[in-house]
Amino acid sequence: MKKVYSRPKSLKRNHFHYCPGCGHSIIHRVMTELIDEMDLQDKAIGIPPPGCSVFAYHYFDVDMAESAHGRGAAVATGIKRAYPEAIVFTYQGDGDLAAIGTAETIHAANRGEKITAIFINNAVYGMTGGQMAPTTLSDQKTTTTPYGRDVKLEGYPIRMSEILALLKGAVYIERTAVNSPTNIRRTKKAIRKAFQSQIDNLGFSLVEILSPCPTNWRMNPLESWQWIDKEMTREFPLGVIKDITGEKNAD
Amino acid sequence: MTGNSAVGEAAIRAGCQGYFGYPITPQNELTEYMAAHLSRRRGCSFVQAESEIAAINMVYGASLAGVRAMTSSSSPGISLKQEGISYLAACELPAVIVNMSRGGPGLGSISAAQSDYFQATRGGGHGDYRCIVLAPSSVQELADLTHRAFDLADRYQIPVIILGDGMLGQMMEPVEFKHEAPEEPPVRSNALRGAKGRPSRIIKTFTSKPTELEELNWSLFRRYQLIKKEETTCETFLVEDAELIVVAFGIAARIAKGAIKNARTAGLRVGMLRPVTLWPFPAEAVREFAKRTKYFLVFEMNMGQMVEDVRLALEGKGEVFFYGRPGGVIPTPSEVLRVISRHYYQEGLR
Ligand SMILES: Cc1ncc(C[n+]2csc(CCOP(=O)(O)OP(=O)(O)O)c2C)c(N)n1
Ligand code: SF4
Repeated sequence: MKKVYSRPKSLKRNHFHYCPGCGHSIIHRVMTELIDEMDLQDKAIGIPPPGCSVFAYHYFDVDMAESAHGRGAAVATGIKRAYPEAIVFTYQGDGDLAAIGTAETIHAANRGEKITAIFINNAVYGMTGGQMAPTTLSDQKTTTTPYGRDVKLEGYPIRMSEILALLKGAVYIERTAVNSPTNIRRTKKAIRKAFQSQIDNLGFSLVEILSPCPTNWRMNPLESWQWIDKEMTREFPLGVIKDITGEKNAD
Repeated sequence: MTGNSAVGEAAIRAGCQGYFGYPITPQNELTEYMAAHLSRRRGCSFVQAESEIAAINMVYGASLAGVRAMTSSSSPGISLKQEGISYLAACELPAVIVNMSRGGPGLGSISAAQSDYFQATRGGGHGDYRCIVLAPSSVQELADLTHRAFDLADRYQIPVIILGDGMLGQMMEPVEFKHEAPEEPPVRSNALRGAKGRPSRIIKTFTSKPTELEELNWSLFRRYQLIKKEETTCETFLVEDAELIVVAFGIAARIAKGAIKNARTAGLRVGMLRPVTLWPFPAEAVREFAKRTKYFLVFEMNMGQMVEDVRLALEGKGEVFFYGRPGGVIPTPSEVLRVISRHYYQEGLR
């Protein structure tokens, strides 16, 4: 009988600690499949953040190091500059990448660091219990916006990918989601392109993934998948935001 | 050569392969030296970071990848680096951090000061950790201690701070470099370079088990005990017959030396103990002197920080006087001589 599905080699044999229906585990799965398919297990260095994915190193069977909150892009810069042969990726939440780590992210992108950021947008601070994130939708209720996000006081959901796309050092930016088999396949394709642009030494790449957090959204997994389609994608439209990989030569 | 440039050259000769900095006076010549000289070397990188926070995290990254890495700044910037230094200490990663300190608190002044002694010697960031702290008092010593800093960082897998000041950084003195830059700087054996031919590695501290973290703290402290035993250093000056011992570090020791020479000409039996390692502090040496003399004058360019370590070391056995000028004021040797003479005669020393 033909085996059609098995655990990726670079996914450790540990049970995920994530909540049922959480997007993190799907994304880990997709990424480790890619690490196998692209033969990156012995070259990859991953930087997980403080956040729900802080224990990502329990699952990814590649070299990994903890980063301080939001500093992933700077840490990745240091690694890549010291050892350019590595394929370096950060794995960051929306609080991590788009609030406390905004400066590090923008400047790493602007320098065209040859690193890949995997940006998990779940519109809340998951690990700390569901507070407002920079990406929280307007009127969305969180523990620190109990009456809904009031954009006049709390600002607007930030479109980090669009901001980063303005920077010349960024070569590949796509927004995907993991709320349907089709979208999961697209996510995998996007991360493959992002990793490939790094392998080709082209510049900074980022994949923003709309990812369900049923626990803090107070929904069941199915509702959270639907909420991504109905609400989140209106603010954060899916698709390739920037791709200049075809125009750029490796430098 | 200026002190700042001497640190840069010494770092390159020590095999530093990554420098990450953010401009701040009075240490810009060091960043500029690395931009001119390190960036051109094969396998080396220089990045002018977007902030001190980014710079120290780049150092963390480069250190993870196994190369010798450094950053430099001055007081306000060193405050921003504390988060990263705490992570370096926790993850047992070597790094060299230079603080050409200036007057504080706040934006303060750009003139030399020693008000970051507590911050440097007590860890500085969150958590229970220490950094080795080296305090040079000449341009030559800046160069020598830069080399030693890289060696200590590697030997003990610990961040090492060079605590200079704005005056040392900017003054010009002849300097001799004792080492040539290595052709192929070595890569630390436990570096993250991809899991090729070995199991994957994790560098982290976060844990849901407090006992695991407790064990990390214990293991750090066992290493700190070893460092205390092996690496504590100080310099003494005219102490053999001294009735009064001046304790001073860095540029203040340089000023005190001038004062002590003049005091000797005037017939006062005064000597000096200069801690070279501020952490570990040479407490044993201080206690030894207390067997011979009772009187200590601590002189610092701050409101009294190292004086606490002197008092702790003496365990109540000596008489400790303090003289300090904070805020970036640089006292003259004659000012210090007046203080020495006053205490000398007040106590009826001969
Ligand atoms: C300097 C600092 N501030 C705050 C925290 C607490 N903290 C840990 S994770 C986190 C945010 C998590 O949200 P996000 O980045 O969106 O990731 P998620 O948990 O949703 O995956 C915060 C604020 C911290 N670890 N360090
Ligand atoms: S809190 Fe949200 S993001 Fe965190 S593990 Fe649970 S579902 Fe996932």
